[in-house]
Amino acid sequence: MAATAELERTDSAAPRDATAAAVRLESVSKAFGGRRVLEDVSFAVAEGSGFVILGRSGTGKSVTLRHIIGLVRPDAGRVFVEEDEISALSGPDLSRVRRKVGFLFQSAALFDSISVGENVAFPMRRHTDLKEADIIASAQAKLASVGLEREFDKMPGDLSGGMRKRAGLARALALDPRILLVDEPSAGLDPITADEIDDLLLGLKRRGGVTLVVVTHNMPSARKLGDRLLMLHEGRILAEGTPAEMDGSDNEIVRAFMASQHSG
Amino acid sequence: MLERTQSGLATVGEVSAFALKAVREMFVPPFELRETVRQVYELGFRSAPLIAVSGLAVGVVLSMHTRASLEKFGAESLIPSGLAIALVRETGPLTAALLLSGRIGAGIGAELGAMRVTEQIDALEASAVDAFRYLVVTRVIACMIALPLLTTLMNFTGMLGGFIAERAATGMSLRLYFTRAFSLIEFADYVPATMKTMVFGFIIATMSSYLGFTTQSGTEGVGRASTRAVVLSSMLIIVSNVILVRLIFFMFPRAGA
Repeated sequence: MAATAELERTDSAAPRDATAAAVRLESVSKAFGGRRVLEDVSFAVAEGSGFVILGRSGTGKSVTLRHIIGLVRPDAGRVFVEEDEISALSGPDLSRVRRKVGFLFQSAALFDSISVGENVAFPMRRHTDLKEADIIASAQAKLASVGLEREFDKMPGDLSGGMRKRAGLARALALDPRILLVDEPSAGLDPITADEIDDLLLGLKRRGGVTLVVVTHNMPSARKLGDRLLMLHEGRILAEGTPAEMDGSDNEIVRAFMASQHSG
Repeated sequence: MLERTQSGLATVGEVSAFALKAVREMFVPPFELRETVRQVYELGFRSAPLIAVSGLAVGVVLSMHTRASLEKFGAESLIPSGLAIALVRETGPLTAALLLSGRIGAGIGAELGAMRVTEQIDALEASAVDAFRYLVVTRVIACMIALPLLTTLMNFTGMLGGFIAERAATGMSLRLYFTRAFSLIEFADYVPATMKTMVFGFIIATMSSYLGFTTQSGTEGVGRASTRAVVLSSMLIIVSNVILVRLIFFMFPRAGA
């Protein structure tokens, strides 16, 4: 049975020094209402790299991502963001670590009661001492960087799916995070728009040195963004390695997944 | 059956813990002043037209009923004060609270429910904002501020409605009407009855916020949260009113005289 496939790890590009990892999960397990979602999941993401978590729907990819920003706490195991064990933090300490991490939600999750510009300005208003004029200028610059300079005053409901995603990306980047978590960047988008989002993310990694942790089941997107890929299957790690290593995997499910060209 | 009872008790426990957390967080800085003021405007000020118009209508109807009863005893001169006491002691606070449990309760339940299912609450948390303090505590404080003010507005417009009915029936002057209306009202009539609406505000905000915050099952869940927020808030207001009235009679014996 595929679900019981042996854990396969290739370590050629794995960070040698655990302290240099931007994100690290150690034996994380999680269950919801008796249903086990993650089982003994461990991995490390090197600083400035692109790390893609693959897997079919319902295999625990998004839950893994939520552990990294402390939206979900593990039943067992530990989660580190840089040197901080985020899974053990709460209150102001948790907030401090969260400020280092941006999160682009699958649905973009823009606050729909305020304008697009205010969405981007929101984290700056909350966590910086910038003057109002500087906040507005910075929010405009962030929107311009994702090609939405003219949408500042629009409401989120007036944007298309791709524009919402880009606005969500601008908000996730508002505090210039060192780590960016991205949940299904291509979901619900046409291939061209999805490709544009991928290019934006790639630019952040290459030019900004941002560490990307991306959840997707879209292989073209995974190949583009991922220096290393990790495949989850029924809450367990099935394989981890570079795209080339994953292509040559002995596991039938991994090979089938890597060969797929599904997008969106 | 046992399972349902257990599940019901678990929910009561969760709501109580949610409410206690709201009380505790109210006194812990930093305070979300800007958002609280915005909520007072959204939940309170924007409810004013509903309360004012309803108060006016209630005043007219109460006045007509009071006239029909007191006329038989030749005691029409007591209509303004009788109406004022009825409004200030009970009709105003309870009617305002029930109306607001509809407007505010449904609004909070639907808004927070929609924010939950569209991941906006998670987005707040991911932005290093304490969503409970930002969304729930601000609404609870806003409701506790708005309810007494809106109740006072309802009392006033209710009396105004009573005046309109009296003016139409007897041509009574505004000055005489309000002199008579306020002749029997004392501190013990107004303050405890109006202040108890702070409890109603707390009930509406915490119940609706809890249901919104814990919404599941997409848009269907949002609708359910909104409906339940109104039903449960209204029920809790009516039940807690019995206890509060008893408490007021005990602490302010004049209020029951």
